[in-house]
Amino acid sequence: MDNIAGSKSSLTWAVHISVAALVFLWLFPTIGLFVSSFRTADQISSSGWWASLFPAEQTIQLRTGGGDAAVQEGDLWVVEGNLLVDHEDSPGTDVTLTRFGVSSRDVSAYAIGETAEFGDGAETVTLSANGDYRYTSTEEPGRRGQRVFITAEVPPEFTLGNYQTILFSGTGQDNMAKAFFNTLTVTVPATIIPIVVAAFAAYALAWMDFPGRALLIALVVALLVVPLQLALIPLLRLHLGIGIGKGYLGVWLAHTAFGLPLAIYLLRNYMVGLPRDIIENAKVDGATDFQIFTKIILPLSFPALASFAIFQFLWTWNDLLVAKVFLIDATGSTTVMTNQIVELLGTRGGNWEILATAAFVSIAVPLVVFFAMQRYLVRGLLAGSVK
Amino acid sequence: MHPALQGLLTIVIGVGGCIGYFYFSNEFLDKVLFPAKGPNAGRNINRANQIRPWLFLFPAMFALGLYLAYPVFETLRLSLTDRSQGGAFVGMANYNQMFAEDKFWEAIRNNMLWLIVVPAASTAFGLLAAQLTDRIGWGSVAKSLIFMPMAISFVGASVIFKLIYDTRPVDQDQIGVLNAVWLQFEGGIGSILFLKVLPFVMVAGFAAIVAYVGYLLLTPFIDKGARKEGIFLSVVRLIGAAVAVWLVVISLMSLASIFAADLPYGEPQTWLTIPLWNNFFLMVVLIWIQTGFAMVILSAALRGIPEETVEAAIVDGANPFQIFFKIKVPQIMPTIVVVWTTITLVVLKVFDIVFAMTNGQWETQVLANYMFDKLFRANDWGIGSASAIIIMVLVSPILVWNVYNARKEMR
Repeated sequence: MDNIAGSKSSLTWAVHISVAALVFLWLFPTIGLFVSSFRTADQISSSGWWASLFPAEQTIQLRTGGGDAAVQEGDLWVVEGNLLVDHEDSPGTDVTLTRFGVSSRDVSAYAIGETAEFGDGAETVTLSANGDYRYTSTEEPGRRGQRVFITAEVPPEFTLGNYQTILFSGTGQDNMAKAFFNTLTVTVPATIIPIVVAAFAAYALAWMDFPGRALLIALVVALLVVPLQLALIPLLRLHLGIGIGKGYLGVWLAHTAFGLPLAIYLLRNYMVGLPRDIIENAKVDGATDFQIFTKIILPLSFPALASFAIFQFLWTWNDLLVAKVFLIDATGSTTVMTNQIVELLGTRGGNWEILATAAFVSIAVPLVVFFAMQRYLVRGLLAGSVK
Repeated sequence: MHPALQGLLTIVIGVGGCIGYFYFSNEFLDKVLFPAKGPNAGRNINRANQIRPWLFLFPAMFALGLYLAYPVFETLRLSLTDRSQGGAFVGMANYNQMFAEDKFWEAIRNNMLWLIVVPAASTAFGLLAAQLTDRIGWGSVAKSLIFMPMAISFVGASVIFKLIYDTRPVDQDQIGVLNAVWLQFEGGIGSILFLKVLPFVMVAGFAAIVAYVGYLLLTPFIDKGARKEGIFLSVVRLIGAAVAVWLVVISLMSLASIFAADLPYGEPQTWLTIPLWNNFFLMVVLIWIQTGFAMVILSAALRGIPEETVEAAIVDGANPFQIFFKIKVPQIMPTIVVVWTTITLVVLKVFDIVFAMTNGQWETQVLANYMFDKLFRANDWGIGSASAIIIMVLVSPILVWNVYNARKEMR
């Protein structure tokens, strides 16, 4: 609409750049977590995650071979070997050597290929680009060998070790496998049951005539905004009183009830919009309300059902408060992922490799659902708020 | 029994039970109670049809009543009793005790701050993103990426942002982005430009926008020819205008302090422990999540604007900014209000972010976390309930407004 009558908006480039900037800003935090989850603890705590995407210049302290590797050539003792592989701290052959040095005061004094002299000139070392070195000394070398500092470009390096720890090999709090299944156990029934209950109620509110219908709809709208916080104490008392206690049943019931207002509201709005003719024709043909509901309304309402299912899934998967109040008891055996991450934040606040990986494991499933079902999510949002 | 198996069983029992209930109760109604045959067939059908809606509604209404409606009254009752005295009625004692606590007023103050900043910022960013992405080819990809945080849990987002706010000692490499950026400033011309002039312009702009909104709210009272409206709306307008005036005064006062402030250049900051400012660092998390929501809804509203109005404005020589602010924004005002109130509701209930990131330390307490603290750490159900009632009171204007609108729509 900015191109009316051939006038091209001069702002187009500004728009592209602003959108790119916005998208970058919004993605940046998540990417940080994602990248961090593939780095080792040392890498994370020694440099920012953004640095890990590019080759990093690193200075590594190594030692030449000791006296027992020395070979006598004339009046010289010579040690030959490869700095990149010999030593246990060696970086491996995929790094690129740039400089080296022999004194901690100037760790990059020499270019590759030059011959460096140690303090008194009696010892020298020559380093070539592939890491091979030749150390010579006029006296018999000591047992430990000489220190050599190399400056190397280390390519980006990532590991799946954190995921291995979090999902399989970790112990206690570091293992999220149990919490993952607990979360799943909470989420699936808490998503499916409210849909069934709400669908029947929504049908009654949309297509059946009875006194008090308007009042009930108003009640549902009112309950949409009642804060969860009000329900915590009375319901916990109720659950403890009738013997449900803290456990899966309680959290399923709570999630079901808390999801109902939105479910009824969304589904009713959608069902009201279905064509009246279909329903009346079915009635004329002798269908009962139950048949109309299961054979006509439910299949036609699939988009609305899907929208709500995504909402409820995201909400129950991501929930912390309801699980903390109604599910997790003193033993902690029913902990969910969100709760475990909060506990990790408290006890392992500095262990970013564990935290980042745990957090990413917990947000991976919702992200997949989100990108796969985004269409329905958007539709549900619009039905819920745009009049 | 394994919980996964138990879950599966619950799904089967729950769903099967629901369907079975609906099916058999309908059968019972039609076949046994009021069979549609025999001498009273006609009357029976009518009676069955009068009862049937209640069969359909019963499970939902029972759950809503027990889990949402009853707790409102029960919480109100609990807030007037004392658990340690065996549930004796103590009148307003819990409220008095709560009002005497500094932490409570800190929570109220912070909640007000959240209520102003988060909905405003999310809506503004959402509107900006919606307007910009609607005009370019890869807009839907951009939208989907900005919308993505919506799927991330508050706890997950807290971890993400804790990494951003991380602090290392001054002699180490910073691994938090914010500190890494902060250390780039050392008091030179760039620092003045970004940390003094830019905030100044932003705060001044904010004041100008708020003043304009306040002016818009007051126009019906100034303009004698304006159409009559209800007393309720007038009150809302007056309250809105008063808040706007207050905000303008505050931002104008803070303008001077922006230049006066002596910033600690070159020192890594522990962002979450700086009083007052740490609230904003927490708010960023929620804004980051909610912007996508605002964008999706506002973008649909923007597309719903009749093309003719925009074309007419172009023909009349309006520039893009005029088109946006004078043609488009007024037309989507109802949607903006909906987005604003929805985010307001989220803000009032915000718990996870504060709980996970600071747990209310360093003056970042908010009502929902305060309540959780009272409930499960102090074990004081009286004050816990009282603070829940405060949240309910804050929500109730929106509740009334929603019900009012829903009823208006149905008529």
